[in-house]
Amino acid sequence: MTPAQDRYLENFARFERVAAGSGQGWLRPVRQAAIARFAELGFPTIRDEDWRFTNVAPIAQTSFARANGSPTELSPRDIDQFAVPGLVGPQLVFVNGRYAPWLSSPGSLSDGATVSSLAQAFTDSRTVLEPHLARYADYARDGFTALNTAFMEDGGFVYVPRGRAIEAPIRLLYVSTETADPIVTHPRNVIVLEEDSQAVIVEEYVALGAEVYFSNIVTEVVVGQNSVLSHYLIERDSEQAFNVSTLRVQQGRSSSVASHTVLLGGALVRNNVHPVMAGEGSECLINGLFMATGRQHMDNFMRVEHASPHCDSRQFYNGILDGRSHGVFSGRIIVHKDAQKTDAKQTNKNLLLSEEAQIDSKPQLEIYADDVKCTHGATIGQMDEGAIFYLRSRGIAEDAARALLLFGFANESLERMKVGPIRKYLEALVTQWLPQGKLVEESR
Amino acid sequence: MLEIKDLYVKVGKQEILKGVHLKVNAGEVHSIMGPNGSGKSTLAQVLAGRETYEVTRGEVLYEGKNLLEMPPEERACEGVFMAFQYPVEIPGVGSAQFLKAALNAIRKARGLEELDAMEFLTLVREKIKVLGVDEKLLHRSVNEGFSGGEKKRNEIFQMALLEPRLCIMDETDSGLDIDALKVVANGVNALRSPDRAIIVVTHYQRLLNYVIPDYVHVLVDGRIVRSGGKELALELEEKGYALIEGGAGAVAPGRR
Repeated sequence: MTPAQDRYLENFARFERVAAGSGQGWLRPVRQAAIARFAELGFPTIRDEDWRFTNVAPIAQTSFARANGSPTELSPRDIDQFAVPGLVGPQLVFVNGRYAPWLSSPGSLSDGATVSSLAQAFTDSRTVLEPHLARYADYARDGFTALNTAFMEDGGFVYVPRGRAIEAPIRLLYVSTETADPIVTHPRNVIVLEEDSQAVIVEEYVALGAEVYFSNIVTEVVVGQNSVLSHYLIERDSEQAFNVSTLRVQQGRSSSVASHTVLLGGALVRNNVHPVMAGEGSECLINGLFMATGRQHMDNFMRVEHASPHCDSRQFYNGILDGRSHGVFSGRIIVHKDAQKTDAKQTNKNLLLSEEAQIDSKPQLEIYADDVKCTHGATIGQMDEGAIFYLRSRGIAEDAARALLLFGFANESLERMKVGPIRKYLEALVTQWLPQGKLVEESR
Repeated sequence: MLEIKDLYVKVGKQEILKGVHLKVNAGEVHSIMGPNGSGKSTLAQVLAGRETYEVTRGEVLYEGKNLLEMPPEERACEGVFMAFQYPVEIPGVGSAQFLKAALNAIRKARGLEELDAMEFLTLVREKIKVLGVDEKLLHRSVNEGFSGGEKKRNEIFQMALLEPRLCIMDETDSGLDIDALKVVANGVNALRSPDRAIIVVTHYQRLLNYVIPDYVHVLVDGRIVRSGGKELALELEEKGYALIEGGAGAVAPGRR
């Protein structure tokens, strides 16, 4: 056992004593099982095939304190800068991992739909939660998920009953503030869509300062038969932050899921996306954009499971890497034995803007059925000089042409996003990120 | 308007143009014909400013200025336009944004006010009708997923919008069916004017039935070997480039 593991185990003992007193006794068995599993697994190392390109030693070696409550001095004005223009809908705000009701506007949903903090759901919505919580995100396989499961205490909870469509996007905004010592939080989001329902979830991680912290996130999503879910993950952590997130989606028959991810911040980011198409005829779109610079490290780990016949999956990930950044895309597609007529497609495109930037792109197909269509492709390159010439030959100056082209590459991902205000918000964020973004803005 | 003097151009180690002379006046339409590999497209691209070509000798004067010293965007702002043989697809960049950026860059260079979104749209709608281009194309990424015909029409549409003074069409007719060819030809004819020159680079005579050139030049192996009036195109059609090349194995345009 490493000292880092030890620290988490000690913390757990203290955490559990407090949690047990707050009416969460029913969670005790799963928390204990999870911490026991973490004690065995520990943190992954680059000897693990799934972590070959990402060394999490900086996370394992940092002594993180547990966040204790959220600072009440934060006012709505402090988080104004994170507002999405034109976006209306319930918004839950979390500060250092804990729900901040005075900053939130959950709204009131009728017809039995629920949007609340997970802490509240632990007491109020146990009957809905219990059949799903920790059933899909597998803490036996993954140390980070085990740790999250052991320490889960808050996050977003969304329940959409049968036949109900919630059109307004539900936003879960996680704000990190300056703290005396580096802190760790374990946000846990649980989204349950019953049969024939619909929802849009926007999960976003932002920072008010520039300090070191570690967000260890697990989002469990259950999408019932014939239901439609769009999930957005926007990661804008501080430049020193660590962010490990796992999106685990369980899909019922004829369900349709779109997962959109945009990674912009953080020092070390690991983005796990793991849909399981358990019901026949379901489909999922996995769309992502990661943009790294400086010494940022962004690892995207896809695990797309076709567990039933006639399911379609589409993966599109675009990466832009500048400075000395390092990007990773691992795209694993697993087609189970019975998943005949699977149609799976994967495309990963990367642009390297500097000599020192680096990308590892690895497709991985595991196919146990015999009547399937699986394609994958990856490209790594610089900007297309032919396209730059085309733009210049129409009068556009070279720097503007390059900026426009770079924006276009990022925008390929944004164009797949259906929620207008979110897409516009991201267009602005992406444009800001670009070295010559101003020139793109001017041409609009 | 344009004067090319003794132009030699290399790609890598290979010499492609070997002493081209050409003079084009405002109001004229010139056609440059030639077999594959003769250097037609190279000439067009050198005029537009493609940097993969190396000019080793000669000069090109445009309105009395040294064209070869200008970067591509400056040429465009000065009124040079090349319709690409293979228009480039640019995913993620909306056609409308691209056209507005181009138009405003050129207007700015000409000392005109930049157009705002509404003015731009009005102008585009006016021009788009003439060429029978579907307005939906504006909402798509530049050339992405366009058919061959749509791409070529889009080039002519850009030309109409940007109102260049020197239009160079690099094999705009290749791969077009007769209907698309007529649309393209109408677009080009609409642009004919006393203060504008047009250079039509083509392998085939077909387009020249609709865009009647004032002069036809035959480019073979990097040199203009013969110049004449519009009859020359017909003669070539009939007798093939062999007539000019005098060599065995030469083929007629349109009969390959």
